[in-house]
Amino acid sequence: MKTKILNSFLLFIPYIIFSQTTFKGMIMDKNNPKDNLGVEGVSVHWLNTNVGTTTNEKGWFTIPYKEEYKKLVVSYIGYKTDTLTITNLKPIHHFLTLESELDEITIESKRNAVQKNSFATANIFTVNSEELLKAACCNLAESFETNPSIDVSFSDALTGTRQIQMLGLKSPYILITQENVPSIRGASQAYGLTFTPGTWVGSIQISKGAGTVVNGYESISGQINTELVKPFSDNTLFVNGYANRNGRLELNTHFNQKISEKWSTGLYLHGNYRGEKFDNNGDNFLDMPLANQINIMNRWQYTDAEKGWVSFINFRYLSDDKQTGEIDFNPESDKGTTNAWGSEIDTKRFDFTAKVGYVFPELPFQSFGFQFAYSNHQQESYFGLRNYNISHESIYSNLLFNSIIGDTRNKFKTGISFTHDGYNEDVFTNTYNRVENSVGAFFEYAFDNLNNFSYTAGLRVDHHNLLGTFITPRLHFRYVPWEKATLRASVGRGIRSANIFAENQQLFASSRQLNIENANGNIYGLDPEIAWNYGFSYLQKFNLFGQKADITLDYYVTDFENQIVVDWENPQEINFYNLEGRSIANSFQVEVNYNLAEGLDVRTAYKYFDVITDYKSGRLQKPLQPRNRFFANLSYETNNDNFNQWRFDVTFNAVGAQRLPNTSANPVQYQLPASVNGFELLNSQITKVFSKKFEVYIGAENITNTRQQNPVLGSDNPFGSNFDTSIVYAPIFGRMIYTGFRFKIN
Amino acid sequence: MKKIILIAIVSILSFTANAQEKNKNAKVTFEVDGVCGMCKKRIETAALKTKGVKFALWNVKTHQLNLIMDERKVEVGTVQQNIANVGHDIILKDKKITATLKAYNSVNPCCKYRDEKVVLEHEGGMKMHKKQN
Repeated sequence: MKTKILNSFLLFIPYIIFSQTTFKGMIMDKNNPKDNLGVEGVSVHWLNTNVGTTTNEKGWFTIPYKEEYKKLVVSYIGYKTDTLTITNLKPIHHFLTLESELDEITIESKRNAVQKNSFATANIFTVNSEELLKAACCNLAESFETNPSIDVSFSDALTGTRQIQMLGLKSPYILITQENVPSIRGASQAYGLTFTPGTWVGSIQISKGAGTVVNGYESISGQINTELVKPFSDNTLFVNGYANRNGRLELNTHFNQKISEKWSTGLYLHGNYRGEKFDNNGDNFLDMPLANQINIMNRWQYTDAEKGWVSFINFRYLSDDKQTGEIDFNPESDKGTTNAWGSEIDTKRFDFTAKVGYVFPELPFQSFGFQFAYSNHQQESYFGLRNYNISHESIYSNLLFNSIIGDTRNKFKTGISFTHDGYNEDVFTNTYNRVENSVGAFFEYAFDNLNNFSYTAGLRVDHHNLLGTFITPRLHFRYVPWEKATLRASVGRGIRSANIFAENQQLFASSRQLNIENANGNIYGLDPEIAWNYGFSYLQKFNLFGQKADITLDYYVTDFENQIVVDWENPQEINFYNLEGRSIANSFQVEVNYNLAEGLDVRTAYKYFDVITDYKSGRLQKPLQPRNRFFANLSYETNNDNFNQWRFDVTFNAVGAQRLPNTSANPVQYQLPASVNGFELLNSQITKVFSKKFEVYIGAENITNTRQQNPVLGSDNPFGSNFDTSIVYAPIFGRMIYTGFRFKIN
Repeated sequence: MKKIILIAIVSILSFTANAQEKNKNAKVTFEVDGVCGMCKKRIETAALKTKGVKFALWNVKTHQLNLIMDERKVEVGTVQQNIANVGHDIILKDKKITATLKAYNSVNPCCKYRDEKVVLEHEGGMKMHKKQN
């Protein structure tokens, strides 16, 4: 019997060993002699407990262990304090890092303000906050001025709104997301970029070409994602004031507060105001609208790194009013009359978004994410005697699961999404109501051989009440043919319902008649827009005279199966109809970045666009689309000497000749040439950083004072039949000087 | 006889229990010698290419390789051998798995972690940058 007990006992020994209640490890310093790496007297304790010990003369320690102990804190004077995650009981060997070494590592290589990534499969680059500061004003629309892949143009002669383009296609064909939730779409398409203040933006990711299937089926020429500043990492207090010579004043304030270990919150306030009237070109029309915007956002951030939960909750309210038109126009007395021509655009918008993410603590490659967004957008506006109101209520939700197949060379994302959009529009005297609902499921597989080849293959299937059931495939390849080179290719399909009025409302400020050619489609009688996008990109990094340089060649094609053609080739009309024939946008870009010397960077790009569409009247180049563009940016910053620094930045743009919409049917005095010559633009900015807390900047836009002479056609008779504010190809306001400051407390 | 049966039962119990210990998402950590980002890529790739290894992360500073692997499909020893085969030494508490000279020679000259000079250069490189800034 005794032996039996003994035997059983012996057999159980493995268990006893397995359930040991101490944990061992060795703390070392790699600067010690090889045969004696251990460090004596290092303090070791479990995070948030009083359980601790110190190492012996060999560097070894033994510490009591319980299952709930996961984080081991190792600290020693003169060395960085490390917190190690302990997941099994195998003894650890840990090297200490000298405190001084830390600094060396963090400053080892300065990140470029625009990062061209050699490793991502898709053609994505990131613009960080440093780059965004180069265009100090004022909102997302103006954030792309130092970026050659996005073209900024002017939408109309009245609102001064800038429009962005990518691969020769304007913003409705770009999926613009805010923290991966589609944000600028539907009713906010025309002015939405001006509704995100620049200081709220932490970074921007620009993805050329087909993009991912995870965020939906709508993107055609690319995706732009904006990451906002986060309450946890943003400054405790941030104040930015801005004023410019065309009478614009801006104030941005951020307050961030840590509420508890896990919760942080931020309150972000933005206001801008322009109350001064300018008419420098003497056409009796305001060069810039009177404007007034209040924008308030409250963010909540929850982080529990130990358990793997993260969450963001956002509330945002916006009120934006613009008034434009003739100088003497007074809305109180002249609205709805022919006393004077004027326009007001008032927007109110509420946004709510909630995101929850969970990373499996034991499996760092596996995670869940859920996004929910609600927005309510109300625009009330009139352009002379024409009313345009739109109300858009939108719901977006997406459930996402990330994991691997076999190992981390094979990753996948899969999930389901649901969206709802309700539109009510009053267009002049007509009313249009529309509800769109869609449910979809997606799967995206990513392979990386960890050496020179990777690809991402995504597919989604959606069912939409107006667009039907359809699949959206998207493919990206990346191959490294030789050192420092990256070749990329992508192909993908996109589909969207065109909000013809919201997207083209700049055409309302004219005497043009609106015509929709009914094709018995589901959206304003028209069919959905469908396009394939494919392209190649080649990136080569190299060293020239010992300094870093890179060159990128991009060639992309967007080929429309169907497009809603916006035909304004007749000066009396705007016609919307389904494409019959071809519509294709070819774009080629070569970009060279070179670090000329320490702190001195140059970026140049040449772009060629060939955008043709089959109109009723024949095949034409897209109007107001320069075929050639050249871009150069030179930036210099002095050594960051104890946060005392100068930064200089100059941007040059040459915009090639543009074809104008046909005006030959107008009386002679209202005719414009078939095309206009190119022009140059020069912007510059100087920033002086006084300390960690305070910096001042001053800048000038359009230094050479380039202007379009007569942006408003028929300005002498705005209620006549030849009035047109939509043909704008160059800046209206001339040279503009601005200044501002930034104040921050960490 | 009873004794034998009992022992047999207990051993079986113990064995099954041990078999259950074979975790499909086991976390394993050991030290692998190396010096730089290229080493990191080589080490992680060799680990990941071993069937059963799901995740590999090597830390340049601490030299620790963290693995998540399916213990039912692969033994730690196999992973360690595969890493040694691409030229990196495995340093365990009680022993060292040394890469063959042939394997070691196949790594890029800047990755020659056995060479004191190369190791110093990697550390020195960081210091030089500091002076520049």
